Amino acid sequence: MQDAVLAMLAKEPSHGYHLHARLRRSLGPLGESMNRGQIYVTLARLERAGLVVGEREDGLPERPERKVYALTPAGQQRVAAWLAEVGWPKPDLAEFHLKLAAAAAARLADPVELVAAQRRELLRRLREAQQAALAEPAGSGAGLLLEGVALRLRADLRWLDACERAWSKADDEIEGG
Amino acid sequence: MNVSSAAVQACGLVKTHGQGQSRVHAVDEVDLEVPQGQMLAVMGPSGCGKSTLLHLLGGLERPTDGEVWVAGRRIDTLSERALARMRRRSVGFVFQAFHLVEELSAAENVELPALLAGRSRRQARRRASLLLDRVGLAARARHLPSQLSGGQRQRVAIARALVNDPLVVLADEPTGNLDTAATLEVLRIFEELRSAGQTFVIVTHDERVAATADRLVSMRDGMFVDDTRLAGSHPRGLGGLIGLEG
Repeated sequence: MQDAVLAMLAKEPSHGYHLHARLRRSLGPLGESMNRGQIYVTLARLERAGLVVGEREDGLPERPERKVYALTPAGQQRVAAWLAEVGWPKPDLAEFHLKLAAAAAARLADPVELVAAQRRELLRRLREAQQAALAEPAGSGAGLLLEGVALRLRADLRWLDACERAWSKADDEIEGG
Repeated sequence: MNVSSAAVQACGLVKTHGQGQSRVHAVDEVDLEVPQGQMLAVMGPSGCGKSTLLHLLGGLERPTDGEVWVAGRRIDTLSERALARMRRRSVGFVFQAFHLVEELSAAENVELPALLAGRSRRQARRRASLLLDRVGLAARARHLPSQLSGGQRQRVAIARALVNDPLVVLADEPTGNLDTAATLEVLRIFEELRSAGQTFVIVTHDERVAATADRLVSMRDGMFVDDTRLAGSHPRGLGGLIGLEG
């Protein structure tokens, strides 16, 4: 979030409410829950870190919503570094994988049941993402983002299928011998 | 048995293939109730019996044991003739391979079941043009199936399935032969029909199709192993999908 707000300021100095409106536009229905307060908190942190400066407009009381924020040279460097960065958030598959193994080893829960519960949850999320995507007009930026969300969920659902097959087989082997 | 609110209902449904040692239970003691207006998806690996189940519900096959009710009427004991009439009036079918008549235009394919159900030529034509418009193919009404893309053919098949205002639409892998863009077109149409209250039973292994449904049943070896309600709002909201919150 900090990096995204900084990068938006690279275009021109802005009021917090203007940044909020731009974020909402890019995220579409995914950004509906974002409030302006989050933007001001982020801007205050960036200001303390010396990455942005907030200038009060003349003759107005000192309130965050009156300030115009601009990048400092350090902020510009950080934006350039962020754009060049190829880090990618890792979905936390290892944790779920270990959960199944631990549940089976300690006989705490049936791994196949855990997989089924997880699949229900992901399908509900996929349904949500898909309905939102279908409601977006063609060519909308938020539609593109929702497509990415749906593709990831589908990949995770396929992995859960593989988990179910593997753990069902493990079950059969225990029962069989 | 309460059949008033159910569009489709099955009790103790069994279908076996083969004899003696090689006897296989394709559907094994399945109970199911699909209320009107529900979109139900059935998922499972190939050979789990999901297509057979769909054929039983639509009266395309007869069960070895158990009962099938459509619109409050038991159908597994009907004569062939009455069964055919029931299928025409109450059930719309959508198949993976479209099953359009290649010699007929898109409009004629949609009109055909209406004419078979005894509607006048004019009524059938009016209804077909309305439905082709609804699936976005008004401009292709005179085209032959061979002149249409896979996605367009499936949309014609959906219009055809709806022509007699069926109580339930039964779809067997409706996106199985379609690319991503065509799949989305079909999902968009299904979503519109679902919000308009159309009852569906869809057999699929495409999780995108399943995610359109209100309810999802998982099938293994002829039996239901999971029954999940997908409808109902999520407490976290859409922002949760991209980690904006919680």
